[in-house]
Amino acid sequence: MTISQILILLVAIALIIFIVWWFFAPRQEQAASGQIVNNQQIAEIVVNGGYSPSTIVLKKGIPAKVKFNLQDSTACLSRITFEQLGVNTALDKDQAATIEIPTDKATTFNFACGMDMFHGKVVVK
Amino acid sequence: MKLSNIQRFWISFVLSIPMLIQMLAMPFHWMFAGYNWWALITTTIIMAISAIPYWKSAWAAFKMHNANMNTLVAIGTAVAYFYSIFAMFTGREVYFESAAFVIIFVLLGDAMEEKMHNNASNALSKLLSLQAKDAEVKRGDDFVKLPLEQVQVGDLIRVKPGEKVPVDGQVVSGTTNIDESMVTGESLPVAKKSGDSVVGATINGSGMIVIKATKVGKDTMLAQIVEMVRVAQTSHAPIQNLTDQISHIFVPAVLIIAILTFVIWYVFLGATAVQAMLFAVSVVVIACPCALGLATPTALMVGTSRSAKMGILIKNGEVLQEVSKLDAVIFDKTGTITIGKPVVTDVVGDQTKILSLAASLEANSEHPLASAILQKAKEENLPLQAVEDFKAIEGQGITASIGGQAVSVGSSKLFAKEAISTELADKASKLQAQAKTIIFVGLGGQALGVIAIQDKPKENAQKAIAALKKRGPKTIMLTGDNPQVAQAIANEVGIDEVVAGLLPNEKAEHIQHLVHSGQKVAFVGDGINDAPALSSADVGIAMGAGSDIAIESGGIVLMQNDLMGVVRAIDMSKKTFNRIKLNLFWALIYNTIGIPIAAGLFIKFGLQLSPEFAGLAMAFSSVSVVTSSLLLNKAKIS
Repeated sequence: MTISQILILLVAIALIIFIVWWFFAPRQEQAASGQIVNNQQIAEIVVNGGYSPSTIVLKKGIPAKVKFNLQDSTACLSRITFEQLGVNTALDKDQAATIEIPTDKATTFNFACGMDMFHGKVVVK
Repeated sequence: MKLSNIQRFWISFVLSIPMLIQMLAMPFHWMFAGYNWWALITTTIIMAISAIPYWKSAWAAFKMHNANMNTLVAIGTAVAYFYSIFAMFTGREVYFESAAFVIIFVLLGDAMEEKMHNNASNALSKLLSLQAKDAEVKRGDDFVKLPLEQVQVGDLIRVKPGEKVPVDGQVVSGTTNIDESMVTGESLPVAKKSGDSVVGATINGSGMIVIKATKVGKDTMLAQIVEMVRVAQTSHAPIQNLTDQISHIFVPAVLIIAILTFVIWYVFLGATAVQAMLFAVSVVVIACPCALGLATPTALMVGTSRSAKMGILIKNGEVLQEVSKLDAVIFDKTGTITIGKPVVTDVVGDQTKILSLAASLEANSEHPLASAILQKAKEENLPLQAVEDFKAIEGQGITASIGGQAVSVGSSKLFAKEAISTELADKASKLQAQAKTIIFVGLGGQALGVIAIQDKPKENAQKAIAALKKRGPKTIMLTGDNPQVAQAIANEVGIDEVVAGLLPNEKAEHIQHLVHSGQKVAFVGDGINDAPALSSADVGIAMGAGSDIAIESGGIVLMQNDLMGVVRAIDMSKKTFNRIKLNLFWALIYNTIGIPIAAGLFIKFGLQLSPEFAGLAMAFSSVSVVTSSLLLNKAKIS
């Protein structure tokens, strides 16, 4: 084995360890609450390579809207689906899509991209 | 600059033409003058327009500890592009075309998939656009044209021939035929007269009618159908859980496989760094899991909207999956297998006299069988006579007098034993054996004749049951009726098993019992008092969308009161679910075969994938999955 081969091997092992740690290590989820203005909650999610934040916490009983602000130009994240709400809408870069969330019951609404590869949730409590 | 995927594709494609020519000319040892510079410039522009969005998205995802198909596309193209720049200035072979073609094919796949996705979801908005835009509403003494939104419950609306019925309502005056095919799937027009209900968006035939609005806006049948289909389309099928789990680990796993591919080729098999890199890049590019993610949602979308057009509403993906493996289909008898309205089948004795006497008495009765006798008398144009001293005797029948003579209509208990001749008694018991309800009619205490009444099976019940049995599941009928009547009906239509004499709550218990014993059962009922049974079964099939409760508790709702709908619903569910399975199978097979080929595992057999072909194959996989789902629109259904 030449020096360069050994070097590559070591780099590869380091890379694999990094990938496993970076993607699979347990991590605290980002969560944000909605802002309450005039008895109306609004929360914004930036859609760029994923959802940030991926968890939104809303207060029960106050009408709520979640805005999806698309900043990603690829087809991957171009749709948003809320299975329980029957929402499947195309997102637009120029205009944030607003989804109304029923807050009459404490529950969790999961959302995902059109291909079900990216996930997030809206928690009402 | 804002460009759509398809615009990006065309620009990139035009820019890549010189590289394409060079690729094709390669075998003839013909070399473009200054090819490397050409390739560098065009690829750089292509990267700037088309690849950077993927790089940005991948980087944003990476920062959030996420990896997705964009990560794979970005790594594949970035490695090929930046290596080529390095190679160009150190005098090695360049691979600009790999970077360029991968991104072009990915873009093509994205653009096509987006377009087909839109096609599939447009079907739904088309359904809603069937609605009329305005209505002629009575305001004061005149009918005025108003926009649909202003129509309120209770408004009187005039519908001219050929116009669409604007909202759900009840006919107040006029008669007509209405084409309800868009709601029920039934192609024959349905006759409507005063008192009948009509559904918004159906098309009025030749008559002019005035209707009273009963449901408007969100409450109309059409709006509810659209809502239900919309929810169904975004629903999850349990089979999808597999892809959800895979998607979390898939991309990082592919990256690790790509690194291993590089290391094994370079360190252990002695390939050059460039060869090893090409293998690794091919792995990254071909592994994009988009086809996997598209497999279920697209098929669900097409399947549910196609069924909706046939008047079959499927609630969600779970129902679809359950229906595809049913062991038994359980039917309610009255109103489901049978018409639900008893009719007179036989009259023994002087038909005119007997019917006329019976009808005159029954006109005062509220017994369910009374309407059958009255109907028959009306068909025969028999006049009703005035009755006096009307008396209902609980559990036996009724008595009264007509013109001074005592008339009795009811069971044999109403008569003295010797008042029924042996001949008549014989005929009566013969009819009884055919599961008919027997009513004796007597004058002055002497039985004159017998009327036999039966709730007949629906016209196509036999055909539907036979079609169902051919598809595998056992057929069972539940009823509160007596065993003799139930068995006779079951024999007539070909039901396998009968459970009779059940109280309404016992129906649900019986179904629960079957479910607990591990069988997958569907229950078919008309919903009015079947709600508990509908929700106890694995799949509740509510017929004839009459009641809101039925729509609530049924997993499948049939808009038509037609048993063939059950067969069609099962067929359509099976077809859709099989399509999902097929899609998933292809998407998985594709990755499980594609990755080893790309990694160079089969190079001994001359099987190898260059990065640009990996890109083409990847684009093709997601397009083929969406196409396969769209083909559900063409699938044959009886």
